[in-house]
Amino acid sequence: MPPPHPIPMKKLRKILERTIEGIFTVSGAVTTVTILLIVVFLFREGLGLFGSPAVEKGYLLCVNTANTTAHLDSRQIMDIFDYRTENWEQVGGPDEAIVPFRFEEVFDRYPEEAFGEDYELLPQRLGEVIASTPGIIAFIPDQYVPDGMPGVKILRSDRITPADFFGGRQWMPTATPAPQFGVLPLILGTLLVSFVAILIALPLGLGVAIYMSELAGERMRKILKPTIELLAGIPSVVYGFFGLVVLVPLIQKTFGLAVGETALAGSLILAIMALPTIITVAEDAMRGTPRAMREASLALGATHWQTIYRVVIPYAGSGISAAVVLGIGRAIGETMAVLMVTGNAAVMPRSLFEPVRTIPATIAAELGEAPAGGAHYQSLFMLGCILFIITMIISITAEMISKRQTNKGL
Amino acid sequence: MTGKRTNQRIAFWIFRILGLIVVGILFWILGFIVWHGAGVIDWKFLTTAPTDGMTGGGIFPAIVGTCCLIVGSMAVAFPLGVMSAIYTTEYAGNGKIVRFIRIMTNNLGSIPSIIFGLFGMALFVNALGFGDSIIAGSFTLGLLALPLVIRTTEEALRAVPDSYRTGSLALGATKLQTIRRVVLPTAFPNITTGLILAIGRVSGETAPILFTAAAYFLPKLPTSIYDQVMALPYHLYVIATSGTDLEATRPIAYGTALVLIVIVLAMNLLASFLRRHFGKKVKTN
Repeated sequence: MPPPHPIPMKKLRKILERTIEGIFTVSGAVTTVTILLIVVFLFREGLGLFGSPAVEKGYLLCVNTANTTAHLDSRQIMDIFDYRTENWEQVGGPDEAIVPFRFEEVFDRYPEEAFGEDYELLPQRLGEVIASTPGIIAFIPDQYVPDGMPGVKILRSDRITPADFFGGRQWMPTATPAPQFGVLPLILGTLLVSFVAILIALPLGLGVAIYMSELAGERMRKILKPTIELLAGIPSVVYGFFGLVVLVPLIQKTFGLAVGETALAGSLILAIMALPTIITVAEDAMRGTPRAMREASLALGATHWQTIYRVVIPYAGSGISAAVVLGIGRAIGETMAVLMVTGNAAVMPRSLFEPVRTIPATIAAELGEAPAGGAHYQSLFMLGCILFIITMIISITAEMISKRQTNKGL
Repeated sequence: MTGKRTNQRIAFWIFRILGLIVVGILFWILGFIVWHGAGVIDWKFLTTAPTDGMTGGGIFPAIVGTCCLIVGSMAVAFPLGVMSAIYTTEYAGNGKIVRFIRIMTNNLGSIPSIIFGLFGMALFVNALGFGDSIIAGSFTLGLLALPLVIRTTEEALRAVPDSYRTGSLALGATKLQTIRRVVLPTAFPNITTGLILAIGRVSGETAPILFTAAAYFLPKLPTSIYDQVMALPYHLYVIATSGTDLEATRPIAYGTALVLIVIVLAMNLLASFLRRHFGKKVKTN
């Protein structure tokens, strides 16, 4: 038998190199894979919301068999139990007054002995109540539902639809018997706070960008550059804390409000936080203006200032728009600072001087209390999906805009 | 003629004032926190645990927790990020793939941190079953820091002159040997800068650890990577917003904010110092 052929060192090394290079190649895909995973997990959890029943998990609604109402959606259920809808006719049933009935009320109607030792007679008693009250709608835990008893019918509740979610004006994820997942107030709150923030930050940021790219001497630049880096480096929770102890009381006093935690406080803090982004991107764009263009303008007798606003700013236009878009992106996604200063009232925003709540703040505030897998949990992931889509749109837009700027430079 | 000169003078004064306003804002924020926080910080504050329902004691467990998360997240982000950057700058050339990867890296960098929190909770805490733990928080923060590490490493690698590479290859070294012996050592200081910046970023993040790692109060220090931890940014959030006795916890909040700011800003300053220092060195070579 010939001796086993030894693998030459050279070959071994080559294999090793190939392996390592393979690892490099694979890790090149790491960011792509991460984004894919984020999409998969956000949407997998989030989309589960649509199709889950409108009534709280683990409960069913029962009515009298005489009732012809076919089904109810989450909004109708809430209105019934809040006594805003009082007749079955209003929801497509017979002309009969609605009697909302929460299952605990059964204990007021019968003596304790009537339920048996282990409450085994509870469903029967509930059945009797339902059968004897034509207008009743009873909200009962799954395990006590008097299914199959005479006079009792289980009412089909609708599934939560995208229309409920995107068109709903009420965000009450823990309401019983039907939680409300209307995302409109949160979306409007987010947009309001972010856009006002940009309105505040834009003049300031552009001014500073102009100053830094056109006017500032070496010494002033040496102060401003690190200033902006440091502003960008301060953690958002510190901004939130600063806003909470300084801006909130200031706003409350200045405008004589009952509470200082308002949309305005959020906008001010976000404006400060968006400044570094706006300044750096806009300054870069203005710096890219070709020297020849400036000199031509100056040679024609324009002042430095005229050159800036007639030549430099139009030339840097798309770069400046990119700065605005990126600033908005920063503001829309910001969580902690907004959570700490806006008061977090999930209502349709009406003015800057009232508490509002944004999408990220809602996720941060509620995810801890939402049981995993429930409709509330899923709705928060759905909010994450919305936020994700918005930021993707923003970052792609910014990319396209700034590409136009670089092409111009060629 | 005089009109446009006056206009210019007015406009330039406005810009100067705007510039000063931005500097003023920074000093206002920093000054405010230093002013209120400096008196709180002493050795005891830094080395003891909170007592009396968060109204007394120090922030030691939160400092330890933040350090754990920094080490853990960098253990995830640093090797992955550096390898990914080596691939894009040294191997992938300049084609469509690299452009795609770069867009993806940028996109990942623009995803809000709360989404990382959601994602980390769904994947690491629930799907992989890590629970609220250092390891779940580290992976979440690590992925958040990846784009930063990749971008700075790419810059560092690209700053290495091509003549170094061709010289090494001409001497008979393989591509990998060139990367390991020539490119990486030259780029190393700048890569470190990226690491430091990433540490600064990670140590201040709250939203990603809300549901993946952070605990309100733990009397004991973590003993394994599957333990929950306290963390400085989360601690600040909690005691600033939901304490039972806000008056009594305010000084601690100021102290925590100051410690956090000092850590984050020290990292930033260190990074920009190193960048300037080594940036010069590479050039003179």
